[in-house]
Parts: sequence; C-alpha cells; structure tokens
Amino acid sequence: MTALLEVRDLRKHFPVRRGLLQRVTGHVKALDGVSLDLASGECFALVGESGSGKTTFGRCVLRLEEPTSGVVRFQGEDLLALSPAELRQRRKHFQVVFQDPYGSLNPRMRIHSILSEPLEVHDTVAESERAERIDELLTLVGLTKDAGRRFPHEFSGGQRQRIGIARALAPEPSLLVADEPVSALDVSVRAQIINLLVDLQNRFGLTMIFIAHDLAVVEQTADRVGVMYLGRIVELGATRDIFAAPQHPYTVSLLSAVPVAEPTRRRDRILLTGEPPSPLSPPPGCPFHPRCPIAKDRCREEEPSLTESKEGRQVACHYPGELEPVGARLSAGGTF
Amino acid sequence: MAEDYGIPGSGRATLWAGAVLVVVVLLIALFGPLLTPYDPTTLRLEQRLETPSLAHPLGLDELGRDILSRMVYGARISVGVGLSVVILAGLLGTLLGAISGYAGGRVDTVLMRLTDVFLAFPGILLAIALVAVLGPALRHVVLALVVIGWVGYARLVRGQVLQIKEQEFVTAAQAAGVRAPRIVLRHILPNVLPTLLVQASLGMAGAILAEASLSFLGLGIQPPTPSWGAMINAGRSHLLDAPHLALFPGIAILLTVMGLNFLGDGLVDLINPRRRRSGEPRED
Repeated sequence: MTALLEVRDLRKHFPVRRGLLQRVTGHVKALDGVSLDLASGECFALVGESGSGKTTFGRCVLRLEEPTSGVVRFQGEDLLALSPAELRQRRKHFQVVFQDPYGSLNPRMRIHSILSEPLEVHDTVAESERAERIDELLTLVGLTKDAGRRFPHEFSGGQRQRIGIARALAPEPSLLVADEPVSALDVSVRAQIINLLVDLQNRFGLTMIFIAHDLAVVEQTADRVGVMYLGRIVELGATRDIFAAPQHPYTVSLLSAVPVAEPTRRRDRILLTGEPPSPLSPPPGCPFHPRCPIAKDRCREEEPSLTESKEGRQVACHYPGELEPVGARLSAGGTF
Repeated sequence: MAEDYGIPGSGRATLWAGAVLVVVVLLIALFGPLLTPYDPTTLRLEQRLETPSLAHPLGLDELGRDILSRMVYGARISVGVGLSVVILAGLLGTLLGAISGYAGGRVDTVLMRLTDVFLAFPGILLAIALVAVLGPALRHVVLALVVIGWVGYARLVRGQVLQIKEQEFVTAAQAAGVRAPRIVLRHILPNVLPTLLVQASLGMAGAILAEASLSFLGLGIQPPTPSWGAMINAGRSHLLDAPHLALFPGIAILLTVMGLNFLGDGLVDLINPRRRRSGEPRED
C-alpha cells in the first residue's frame, strides 16, 4: 500500500491572549501530535466529540489553517514547505466538503459560477468545454442541469450539499476531506448524501477523510477509523475491528451510544459523566482519566502513548480492552 | 401600501418617500436647466429683492437674479459634489477597508491607526482647513470631503470583510485555490455592497450638507455660479427684509438631505427587517 498522505506529529496550538497587553497566557492544543498514513483509495473516518480537534486536523492537512508544527506529505511532497503560489496550484488535488451547506455556498453566485470557479482557477478544462463539464458534475451528484442557472437559496440543504460535493469534485481531486458532511442535514437525507459520497469515492478511486461525530455513519463508509480525544488519536484501526472489539474506554463508551433499531431491546449504556476537559488546561496523565470508568492511579500520573497492539491497530491506554462493552451487540450502526 | 397602515416612519413608506425625493432632485439636476426660463446670472438690479410673483415664482435675489433658476443650477453643484464625493470616498474607503480586513495583521493595524488619525480631527474643520489652504474651488471642496469621508467607508467595509471572510464559502474559495484579490472581488465585496449602498446614501446627504456649509462660509464654489450654500450666505444679510433669499435654498437642502436619509434608513430596513429604526446619530 502506497501512502497518498502522510501526516507526522501534526500540532496546532492556538495562543490564548488575555488582558490589556494581549499577552499570551496559554495555548489551546487543538491538535497535539497526530500522525497518520492514508493509503490511496481508502476511506478513513475521524470521529470524536466537538472540540476534539477533528475539524482542525482536516483544515491543517489541507493547509486552510497553518499547523504549528509537524509534517504533511501529499504524494511525497511536503505541503507545509510549499509557497502560497505552489500551494494554490496543488489545491486541485485535495478538496473539501464542508459541514454547513448554507454557509459554504456564496449566496450571491449562481450555481454555474460556483462550479465554474475551480475550473477557471486551475484551467483544467478548456473554456469551451466548461459548460459541458458543469452539466456533467451536476448530473454526477444527482441534480438536473438547469440547477446551474439558479441561486443557492433555491435549494434544500441536501441539494446544497450535493452542489458542495460537485464543487469539490470539479478539479478532479485525489483526496477529499469531508468535514461532517451530513451533520447539518435532515436525518431523512443523510443516507442519500452518504451513499452519494461512497459511490463517488468508489467510482473515482478517491481517498477520503470522513470527519464525523456519529459512529453509525462511519461503520458503513469507512475502511479505517481513528478516534480523537482532546487533540490526539486515542484509538486507530480497521472499522471492523474497532466495532467488534473496541480497546480504548472512550471508544467503548462512544459505541455504546450508537442507537439500535430494535425498540424492544433494552440496552445498558456506558454514560460518560462530565464534559470533555478544557483543552486550555488538560488534566495530567491520561487526558481521558477524569471521565474514564476504569481509571486507576497510573492513569492520573502517566500519559499513555499511542502504541500498536497488533497489526494496524493502535491504542493509547494503559489498560486497553479492560472496559467490557456492556449490553447487546455494539456493532449496530447502519440505521439512523 | 396597505401593509404599512400608513404609519409614518415604517420601513416601506420611508424608503419610498426617500426614493421619490432623491429621484426628483436628480431629475432637476439633470434636466432642470433645460426648463428654466431665465439665465441664473442675469442681473435685474431695478427688481432686486423682489418677492415671489408669477414671472419669478421664488422671487429675485439681492442682484435681481431669478432664485428658481439659481436653485435649479445649484442642484447640479450639490448633486455633483455629493455624487463625486460618495464615489471617490467610497472607492478609496472600500479599497483600503477591504485590504485591511482581508489581509489582517500588521497591514490592518497600520491602516486602522491611519483611520484613527483622520477620525481624531473634527471632519468639517479639517475640510475647512484644507480648502482654506488649497484655495476655494469646487474640486478642492470635493477633495477635502473625500479626505474626511473615506474613513467611514474604510471602517465599515473592514468590519464587513472581517465578518464575511470567516464564512465557509470564502474558505471554500481558498480551498479551491482562488487568489486573494479574486476572493475579495467576487466573494466578499458583492456581499458588502448592500451595506455600502446604505452608507453611500447617508454619506451623500452629509456631503451635500458639507458642501453647503463650505459654500456658506465662502470656501466653496465662487460667485456668480449658484450653489445652495452660497445662496443662503448671500441671503443672510437680508433675512429680515427679504427672507425668501435664504429660505428657498434652505428648504432645498432640507428636502434633499431628508430624502437621502430616508432612502438610507429605508434601505437599512430592507436589508435587515429585524433592525428597528433607532434614534442613533449618524455621521457621513
């Protein structure tokens, strides 16, 4: 397997300024050393609560935000070393689908102009063929060709998200970052959009980073899953393995929250108490220990590192697999 | 307008009243001189200070010139100065405000401190000083008003740009590899335009008033060319024996400025229906 994307020890620290002189009084570590390899054509899901750093990861990988430190290699090339002009030119290879289908389309531009812009910028399609290409893109995402003449406000959330996907596909990227592409959508259209993404991924051999906070969505789309907590990946592995036997207590509790479409079955859930700790002052030791049901003294003092437990499986916990999944089958996603 | 229940000051009524007044003034400025029966500079010394009559509906001034004709010609000066100032100050302010807001960082700091310097001067005093130094001429009046006027546009546009550039469609354009100037021109400024129009209509009212003030002080356009401000100044010495000299140009300024303010307020309500008309003071 050849790595399309290599991320090494990626960090993003936001300075916190206080007082009259705006002195830096601390840092929010939105990303605290994340490493990852993505194989060409795979779908990798990144899950975690809000504030866990998953969106920041996506933005830093695409250099929509400048990481504090780390390495991002795309097709062997260090993206962080590129000049702004070089970066702009590479952008056609990696695109993004945003969470908010309302905010991500310019309300004053017709769909045609929105889709045409990436083509104009990268000059990938001759001017005479642009209209044809735009029709093709609209058809690809399941919209009619006459959509091009309309404005974003004339579409529903799901349709807007299709337009967002069409825009991302316009320059024919090889990497697609989907940043919670269905979180803002009506439950009834989520499945359609996910199916569309999976379909397009297979069709074009796209490599995809699928950011989500909903494990049910992830189970049917992703080849591998990374679970993030407070700016770090705490568990990483093949989707099947993670759903079958989660190792990190946080993953276990996340999985127990996935709803099951069997109303008669009563399940015990592992309910996490409290909020995720403030990233401004993360707790000493394992960042998860204040909420962990099996935390021991060691967890309060020593920070576990992400270590490979078996082939392709990594977990950052001193006592992996000790928290037993409770209740019925955990691998119950796939329904909404 | 049935939905207004005829309440004065309610959004739509304000907008329409303002629009009608502004259009009338614009039409007078454009075509009025074709319709006036008298030349605005013809002297009729034997008829000086004559009160309104059928032949001269608004009367004659201290040199026997037809006041109606002078006001029609004066409208050209007022509208011309108002439009030039709004366009030039608007362009300059938008350019600097957009750069400041989009670039951020040090560029932003430098540009905003510069606007602070300009804001620290009382506007009209700065204009008076500038015209006094440069000499009284119409283009100097426009220049002075642009110098004091661009700051408002720069601040407004910067604020709007700061807000809009955080929206995802701007990030999407960046992610697509669009260059910064194009992002500002195609994605950000079109979304600032509605707010800018409001500012422009209010700013034009301010510019017309400022031109009248400068002309009143003798720093604007020079005689015998008529200007509303200069006409009020000339009528000042005859306020008791011939009040119509100052009254009619005064009414013209009042109606024009009121029309522009109504238009601006109406546009504000149109853009944001949630905004209630508040009594907050506005400056150009």
